Amino acid sequence: MSGGKNINLTLKVWRQKGPKDQGKFVELQAKNVSEDASFLEMLDAVNEELVSKGDEPIAFDHDCREGICGACGFVIDGEAHGPQRGTTVCQLHMRNFKNGETLTIEPFRASPFPVIKDLMVNRSAFDRIISSGGFISQNAGNAVDANAILVPKADADEAMSSATCIGCGACVAACKNASAALFTSAKISHMALLPQGQVERKERAMRMVGQMDAEGFGSCTTTGACEVACPKDIQLTNIARMNREFFVAQTTKREKHKDGGAG
Amino acid sequence: MANKLDSKIPSGPIESKWTKTKFNYKLVNPANKRKHTVIVVGTGLAGGAAAATLGELGYKVKAFCVHESPRRAHSVAAQGGINAAKNYQNDGDSTYRLFYDTVKGGDFRAREANVYRLAEVSANIIDQMVAQGVPFAREYGGTLANRSFGGAQVSRTFYARGQTGQQLLLGAYSEMMRQVDSKNVELYSRREMLDVVVIDGKARGIIVRNLLTGEIESHEADAVVIASGGYSNVFFLSTNAMNCAVTAAWKAHKRGAYFANPCYTQIHPTCIPVHGENQSKLTLMSESLRNDGRVWVPKAVGDKRHPSQIPENERDYYLERVYPSFGNLAPRDVASRQAKYRCDEGRGVNESGKAVYLDFADSIKRLGEDKISERYGNLFEMYEKITGQNPYKQPMMIYPAPHYTMGGLWVDYNLESTIPGLFVAGEANFSDHGANRLGASALMQGLADGYFVLPYTLGNYLGGTKLEKVTNTHDAFKSAADGVKNEISKLMNIKGNRTVDSFHKELGNIMWEYCGMGRNEAGLKKALQEIPKIKEEFWNNVRIPGDANYLNVELEKAGRVADFIELGELMCRDALERKESCGGHYREEYQVDGEAKRDDENFCHVAAWEYTGDNKPSVRHQEELTFENVHLATRSYK
Repeated sequence: MSGGKNINLTLKVWRQKGPKDQGKFVELQAKNVSEDASFLEMLDAVNEELVSKGDEPIAFDHDCREGICGACGFVIDGEAHGPQRGTTVCQLHMRNFKNGETLTIEPFRASPFPVIKDLMVNRSAFDRIISSGGFISQNAGNAVDANAILVPKADADEAMSSATCIGCGACVAACKNASAALFTSAKISHMALLPQGQVERKERAMRMVGQMDAEGFGSCTTTGACEVACPKDIQLTNIARMNREFFVAQTTKREKHKDGGAG
Repeated sequence: MANKLDSKIPSGPIESKWTKTKFNYKLVNPANKRKHTVIVVGTGLAGGAAAATLGELGYKVKAFCVHESPRRAHSVAAQGGINAAKNYQNDGDSTYRLFYDTVKGGDFRAREANVYRLAEVSANIIDQMVAQGVPFAREYGGTLANRSFGGAQVSRTFYARGQTGQQLLLGAYSEMMRQVDSKNVELYSRREMLDVVVIDGKARGIIVRNLLTGEIESHEADAVVIASGGYSNVFFLSTNAMNCAVTAAWKAHKRGAYFANPCYTQIHPTCIPVHGENQSKLTLMSESLRNDGRVWVPKAVGDKRHPSQIPENERDYYLERVYPSFGNLAPRDVASRQAKYRCDEGRGVNESGKAVYLDFADSIKRLGEDKISERYGNLFEMYEKITGQNPYKQPMMIYPAPHYTMGGLWVDYNLESTIPGLFVAGEANFSDHGANRLGASALMQGLADGYFVLPYTLGNYLGGTKLEKVTNTHDAFKSAADGVKNEISKLMNIKGNRTVDSFHKELGNIMWEYCGMGRNEAGLKKALQEIPKIKEEFWNNVRIPGDANYLNVELEKAGRVADFIELGELMCRDALERKESCGGHYREEYQVDGEAKRDDENFCHVAAWEYTGDNKPSVRHQEELTFENVHLATRSYK
């Protein structure tokens, strides 16, 4: 829109046919790329050329292309979602790159995120972390009037800042231990900050942390690489809150009553 | 074939229709619910909510989505908010007023009974979502905050920053994942529905392709819910996510579900303008921006000065001028057309001349940059990332773009299609928005259908229908699966010279040019000549590399484009037949001074198309619409 110029790039792209195949870097040229195009639009153009030649296009996950669905994401020159802070690759525009640059593009790497094909990885571990406790047990159709639950504005705002996590997995990819602490803690924080989230607060922390470990994510050593890579600026303080939630839950846990109901 | 369009609208006063119907519906006792399997296709707001609540009720639910995770559904991208008649602001809102605004906003082409029910359950939606922990915006004292939206004069829109869709979807998703944990919902992600299986005239299952392995799977059920979203990607450039397709709905259409009002597309007024040929999609800037932004163009034709150089008296704030009572909050169709007129007059801005300004300078002066940033900060950042311009310093540039589709599979009051046992929810059905969708009502409809309507209507169907036990080894499954496999191998064997996207772009250009914001008979007829040519070329010359037995994105896209081509043709036929202008559907021949001229005498109906076979013309059926409560009147926002 700003009427930018066109640039040429060399791409070293990770190509891997399937989860069990060996991958390798392949060099491709991206020619005459408009500076106004997004990074994914640049890859679209490269793919069109590959398909025209009968080659398979580079597979990458993407959907909304508005930076909100969390589907896209890979590593550009060692940085998850590329060099621009607080941005997903679909919102990263080519005006951030220079003519003649060589870019290395590879998938998010972490053993709980196995490669599906090329730049596409399987992040279903995140869904399992959510199903282990990232919810509030509220059945439909019988909720009290919404304004009967008052939430101080500051708490609502902070909960919202945590809830804004898009589950893209950049935090895991950026972490030297492939820890999912930022993702898990964002959901734990979102719910711990709200009055609605209190009932299952302890169980939630126990189960979600347990599931995170069971999936094979590494431990958090608070280096903060996740926060830097996060396209939604999810704060490290969430991890502190998660640790506290987990600690309190663990030290005060009670055995579940197994008695049935009366009557 | 006889006309199957029985809308099943309950009798009696509009206020009591839903209550009365709910009481009359058959119930399924809790122990029997476990014996029923329901398939839900699509896991956005409508599908996710349906899967969550049906699972919670005790049904066995199988939920399918094309995404890697249900959390990615396109509902996530909705920004502005969700309406509900709570009247928390004490500004005169009520169920009736929301109903009234929605019927009028839809230009009297929606079904009154459905819209009233939507308004009625809207308040429950907010209660439900707050109870689930959706962090809506709050006032200092802890109560919920509201804002106003296009087409309404009250503040009834609830929001979570500029990410309301995301937060609502995450709410529905987390409830669904709770049911996954309790084993009531089985989740099948990365699956694309490619056929509905109909046995003894009833929907009994679906055929899907596993997008990772290419395997064709058959799944049986007692009822099927399609909640697969809208189809505005038929235009290639639209605000829809890249995976939004008509495929699930289209396959159901080919199996006998009527397709209603296919030409009803919403053109959203506030999108970031097109920048170049490589563009893959358009990005919407929330309509909520029009609360504080003022829309203008230079008064003089060809005024190419920087906006800051154009003095106040040389600017035309055309929405405020033409529609003094709604001003910048005029409904989407009205605001879109006005933008087009101004650009057609040669007063458009941007290098392309296809943009107008959305200016926040006055609001920043009045409220301060902090307040504006608190309200719209993330949208401003997004705009800056995409355009490289800072909207705090100079006005945004916006232009209309295809957004939401009001057409969809025809459903009766129970959300049941013309195939018994096949229910359709959310954007995939046609029922609630008429010819134009007001802002903040799509999220409302998705959640209403999923959480508060389907649990009753599906129960009524399952409780009142005799269903033989079927398994996925039934002949109907085998033949449907074979059909799907044949179509895939046909596509793979074309081995032509053109990419899938090149066909999609060609189709999209025709659709936008001739079936977009303005349409006329000559253009539509031209489109109807062009589209069959694209279809023929596609089936003879498309190139899909790789093979079908593992992840193959080009194959996925090819199947969707094949369906878009057929849909595009039906859209043009529908638009050609509708000789009136209503809502977002603007036939240039029918207008008064640039305002849409509706024809209630001849077109106060839903057009529902019946598929009659490949290369045979579809048959148009009509469901007459009656307006007993909100009387037919010309919409005026002046």
